[in-house]
Order: sequence, then structure tokens, then C-alpha cells
Amino acid sequence: MDFNFTDEQNMLRDTVAKFVQNQYDWDSRRAIVKSAAGWRPDLWKVMAEELGILGAPFSEDLGGLGGGAVDNMIVMEEFGKGLVIEPYLGTVVIAGGFLKHGGGDQSADLIGSIIGGEATFAFAYAEPQGRYNLADLTTTAKKDGAGFVLNGRKAVVVGAPWASHLIVTARTSGGQRDAKGVTVFVVPADAAGVTRRDYPTVDGLRASEVQFDNVKLGTDAIIGTLDNGLPLIERVTDEAIAALGAEAVGAMRTAHAMTIDYARQRKQFGVPISSFQVLQHRMVDMFMHVEQSVSMTYMATLKLDESDDERKKAASAAKVQIGKACKFVGQSAIQIHGGMGMTDELAVGHYFKRCTMIEGLFGSVDHHLRRYETLSLGEAA
Amino acid sequence: MNLEFSAEDNAFRTEVRTFIEQNYPESLRAVQDEGEEMGKEDFLAWHRILANKGWVAPAWPTEYGGPGWTSVQRYIWSEECARADTVPILPFGINMVGPVIYTFGTPEQKAKFLPKTLSGDIWWCQGYSEPGAGSDLANLKTKAERDGDFYVVNGQKTWTTMAQHADWGFFLVRTDPTAKIQEGISFLLIDMKSPGVTVRPIITLGGEHEVNEVWLENVRVPVENRIFQENKGWTCAKFLLAHERTGIAGVARSKRGIDRIKSMARTESEDGTPLIRDSFFKRKIAELEIDLTSLEYTELRTLASESAGKGPGPESSLLKIKGTEIQQRITELALEAAGHYGMPFFRGFPEDGANLPIGPDAAHRTAPTYFNMRKTSIYGGSNEIQRNIISKMVLGL
Repeated sequence: MDFNFTDEQNMLRDTVAKFVQNQYDWDSRRAIVKSAAGWRPDLWKVMAEELGILGAPFSEDLGGLGGGAVDNMIVMEEFGKGLVIEPYLGTVVIAGGFLKHGGGDQSADLIGSIIGGEATFAFAYAEPQGRYNLADLTTTAKKDGAGFVLNGRKAVVVGAPWASHLIVTARTSGGQRDAKGVTVFVVPADAAGVTRRDYPTVDGLRASEVQFDNVKLGTDAIIGTLDNGLPLIERVTDEAIAALGAEAVGAMRTAHAMTIDYARQRKQFGVPISSFQVLQHRMVDMFMHVEQSVSMTYMATLKLDESDDERKKAASAAKVQIGKACKFVGQSAIQIHGGMGMTDELAVGHYFKRCTMIEGLFGSVDHHLRRYETLSLGEAA
Repeated sequence: MNLEFSAEDNAFRTEVRTFIEQNYPESLRAVQDEGEEMGKEDFLAWHRILANKGWVAPAWPTEYGGPGWTSVQRYIWSEECARADTVPILPFGINMVGPVIYTFGTPEQKAKFLPKTLSGDIWWCQGYSEPGAGSDLANLKTKAERDGDFYVVNGQKTWTTMAQHADWGFFLVRTDPTAKIQEGISFLLIDMKSPGVTVRPIITLGGEHEVNEVWLENVRVPVENRIFQENKGWTCAKFLLAHERTGIAGVARSKRGIDRIKSMARTESEDGTPLIRDSFFKRKIAELEIDLTSLEYTELRTLASESAGKGPGPESSLLKIKGTEIQQRITELALEAAGHYGMPFFRGFPEDGANLPIGPDAAHRTAPTYFNMRKTSIYGGSNEIQRNIISKMVLGL
């Protein structure tokens, strides 16, 4: 039993924390959200070249820092504190996860370009009809000579406007919701037949509806194995959930700290509102939610390499706790800030918005409760 | 004890339902379906139709232009408006300052302001909250100093809803800085076009421009625009707050909100099963409906005692708390039902103005609406303050 970080991990945290503090202050973030591009490719370069953090979870022989999921957790938590927009989750955690575990002809090269900051990725998995079922796919990749031809539409692909590559889930055989017959492909974002409709999301990111019309892919585009992609997708999605939990922890810690500060400063009836017991208890409940979320994020992160069932249970349990915490902490932060919390000008509202979106990403509380129930109680029930 | 409406009440329901069906402007329906922010004329279109019919101010006495409805009829009216999803009548003139003017105003003030408030020719805003006076409203600092037949007003108000459109505002100002905190306040009507009045927008979480800061710099206000006695404005303010809370339960609108969630849950599905058949989601809707039913019958009990001549008491705080909690819960469930399509934000973007919806219409703006509705447990006396009121006034604690 050891919940301590290594010296390297502590250094990583310091590096990322300083970056967020110095280069990602609130005004900078506002400017990024409002800019035409919606992100800062130059800061991405800084992350790759000066900080070297884009290689955090990759082995040294691939050019990485030799870390793993714990390192992703550290980066994501610190990014959560500053509501960093740049696509670490989509690129390093998710695409990095697919390429590490799935292999494939292009994986070593692509990991190299992730670490170097040349490639950014978006995960095109959701479909308009599929909700949170990762296997519910109408996007198809049909055999075509030596390769495949991809057709379909993906919904709310976060980070797609910035991506050089897309990780796309598609049906290569079987029926629309069959577990078998799912394959993962890597697709250059500028491939012929890929069209996007870009838009901002409510939490300040960018996403796209992505359409694939007869996009030609070679067999080297496959990540993992043909027709048996679902276990890989589930594994990487669970890794994403753990990382997202860390981001939520960072965001919630900050929102909580802002709330305590505000309550101490804000005076009504001649006293700071922090002296009112009803608000004190609410801030205590926020604290407990954050601490429980930290614990569940650790637990889910440390169980990512266990058996499939253990990993899934851990990820779903964490997502349930984090989803509930995001709602309670976010809503309470606004309530205690009063009217000021409702303004676009104050940062706290933006933390609330990001926390709200994290609630739904990769499955709502209900979705993960159900997944947990099936795994934990399935046979008894 | 009887839960039935009388035959007269049912006939009344048919009458108002038919009127709405035949007179509600199609053009407004289109604006509402787009889910975009409404402009001044959008708000006023329905107001003017109702003003012509004599129905715009259901609670006003007939001598000032009210329709003379009973409280049950008013309840039926609000149900029918919600059922037809009509644009709400803005409360600032009709529900707030109007009753203050006909209760405390002089004959000249009534003649000057009430007809134009009814007709929609005066758009009102409410100058109450200040940066340092929110829940603690009596702590307000905006001061009005007497200079002959004028007050000279200086200060800053905030959270002033729709002030960007306002012709007139009703303001609480301090006229005696030496008196006890609630005793030196006066109630002034200020022409928003007066020199020295500046309105600055506050953009809120969903991207809306609903509220404003209002700055008052040496604004000269004729003494004749003061309602009631000097330094007795708190009496008007308390009267107004009690009126503001009636109808705040929003039962009828919430019923419609639940219907909307049900219809979303019929089309949104996971694993091919509509959300409406999902045991978790179904239960949440059922719980919400039961919560709303509890509120509905609590409100009906309140109405019954109002009909019996008792005014709205501190119990109305219960209606405010539960009403807003339910309104907020509805927006939570709508966002949840929207799934992935709760994420896109299309307002004001892209810059070329091609703001076409992404995803199903019902999912459109579920997240901004959820964010926006967080205000309801803050405004009109935060829900914490409402609980304090019940604790003190009802329970005697």
C-alpha cells in the first residue's frame, strides 16, 4: 500500500502547475476561448518541447518519459485547476492509449509525433443514435480491395477542429449493436471524404459533427484487431474516465477554494457570509465530495491494468462518484457566490460548466451505475 | 373539501383556452421554437394583445384595469398560458410596481403610470439590489439628496433585469442616512432617459444578456415621482416582495417542462430502448412529478385561503423554494436526456451567423438553460433567505 508519488511524479506536477500558473491565467484562457482557433498550438509546442509532458505516459524506448496512468492523472488534475483547453485527453490519454495497447503498423511513428507535439487527435466514437453505448455503431468500414472504405457520421467529436488525426470506431461486421464486429481506425483528419461542421461547446472547447463519405483506408489504419475492437475501446475509455476524474478533481478543488475565499470576503448583514452555518455545512459537503472523488480517481487509475471486470467496475464506480460530485460542487459553488456566480465574467461559473460537461462525458451517472450493477450484482440479481 | 372546479370555472377555462388559441401570434411561436433570446417587441406583442382584451393584469382591481377574476380563475389562467406555452408577461410593471402604485400612489401618479403600464407603453425595471446589498437588501447605499423640488440620486444598482429596454425604473434609495437601516429608504420612479443614468450589460453563464448594472450619477428626479412618504419606502418594498412571491411556484410551467422531458425521453434511446422505458430515468420523472403535485396542492391550499380573504403570508416562501428547486430539476433532467447533444453551444457562433442547430431540436440549449436556471434559487430572496423567513415567521425560531 503506497499512495505516495515518486520524485519524478512530483516534479511533473510542479512543472505542469507552474505552466498553468504562469501561462494559463484566467485572462489568457478567456482569450483562447474567444479566439478564432479556440486553442493555442504554440502552447501545445511548449508542452511538447519545453515541458516535455506530452511523453509522460509513454515508455522511454518510444521516446517518452517512462510513466503511465498515474502521470496522466497528475497532468489532468493540474490542467483541471486551470481549465486547460488543449487536447491532452484526446491526444495523449485516448489516442496514446489506443496506440500503446492496440499497436498497429503506424503506432510507433504516431506516438513519436504525439510526444513531439506534431500530431493531435480527437476520438470519434459517439453517434447520434448511440448515446453511451460504445458498440452502437452505424458508421461502417467495408472491405475494399486491400483496404477499407469508411462511411458514417460521428457526433460531438471534441477537439476535432484542431486534430491532425481522428480515432474512429466503425462496424466492420455484425449488427448495429453487436459486441463483435467493431474495429478501430486511425484516419488523417484531412483525408478525402472527411467533412466537419465545427462549433464551440458550452464549456469553452470546440467539437465537430464529422461525416465520412467513402473515405479510403489501408489495412495499416487498423488499431488493435479487426472485428474485435470493443475490448480495446472499453479499456481506453476507462483510462479516459480515470483521467477525466483527475481533471474534475482539479476543477472542483479550485471551484471549492474560490467559494471559500468568496464567502470569507462577501459581507451581508454586517458579517462575512462564511459565518452562516448553513453555508459552512454546504462548503463542508463540497469538501467531502472532492475528497471522495480524489479517492475514487486514485482507485480507478491504479486498477486500470487489472482484469477487465475489475477495471470496468472501478472506472464505473469512480464515474458515478465524480458525476455526483461535479453536480453538487458545481451547483453549490454558484449558489454560495450568489448573483456573482451567475456572471460570465467570474471564473467560477466556467468551472461549473466544465464540471457539468464532465458529468455526461463517457457516460452519465445512470449509465455507469447500470454498468456497475451488471458487473457487481449481475449473477446475484 | 372538494378538488373539483366549479362549472363556472370550467366554462372560464374553455373561454380563455379558446382566446389563446385564436389570438396567440404565430410569429412569436417561431421565435420561441428557435430558442433564441427574445427582443423587446417579442415580449410586448402578446402583452399588447392581452392589454386590449383587458386580461394583462389578472390580479389588479377592476378600477385600475384588472379583469376582476377570482384567485381560482387566475390560477386557471396561468395554467392555460403554460399549457399553450405563451411568452410570460414581464413581472416588473404588472406584478411589481403596478400594485405598489395603485396601493400607495397619489391619484396623479396612478393616472400617469397605470394605463401605460397596462398597455405596455412603459417598460419597467427594478432598481433594488446593489453590489453590497443582495440578500441584505436594506443595506442599500444609493442616496437621494433633496434639492428643491428634486432629488439628486447617486449610486449603483445591479442585477437589473431587462434594464436595457426599460423606459422607467422603480428604485429604492436612501433619503435619510442617519436613520435606522430600514427607516431612511424611499421609493422613487426614475425615467431611464434621465441624464446621468447609464445601463451596462452583465453577461450570464448561458451567454444571455438579461441583467445589467445601472449607474446613477447626479440624476435629477422630481419629488412628485416618489411613491408614498419620504423614508417609508421599505413599506412599499416589503409589499412588493410579498407580491413578487405569489405565482413564483410556477406549477403550470413546470408541468409543461415535465411534458417536454417526457417527449425527449421518447425519442432519445440507448441500446434501442427509449429513455422513457429506462427504469432509472422513468423513476426520476415520476419523483419529479410527485414533487410537483405536492407543490401544486400546497399552492391550491394557499389560493383557497387567499380566496377566504387571507393575504399571502410567509408560507409563500415555501412555494418559492420548492417551485425553483423543481424548475432547476427539470433543466437537469432535460440536459441529462440530451446526452451528447447537451454539449454544443451555438449562440453567436460561428461569426458568419450560420447558427444552425446541431443535434435534435429538443437538445438545443439544454445546457445554457440549466446554467441559467441556477439563478432561480438566488434571486427574489435566495432560498437560504426564504428558509430563514419560514424559520422566523412561521416556526418562530
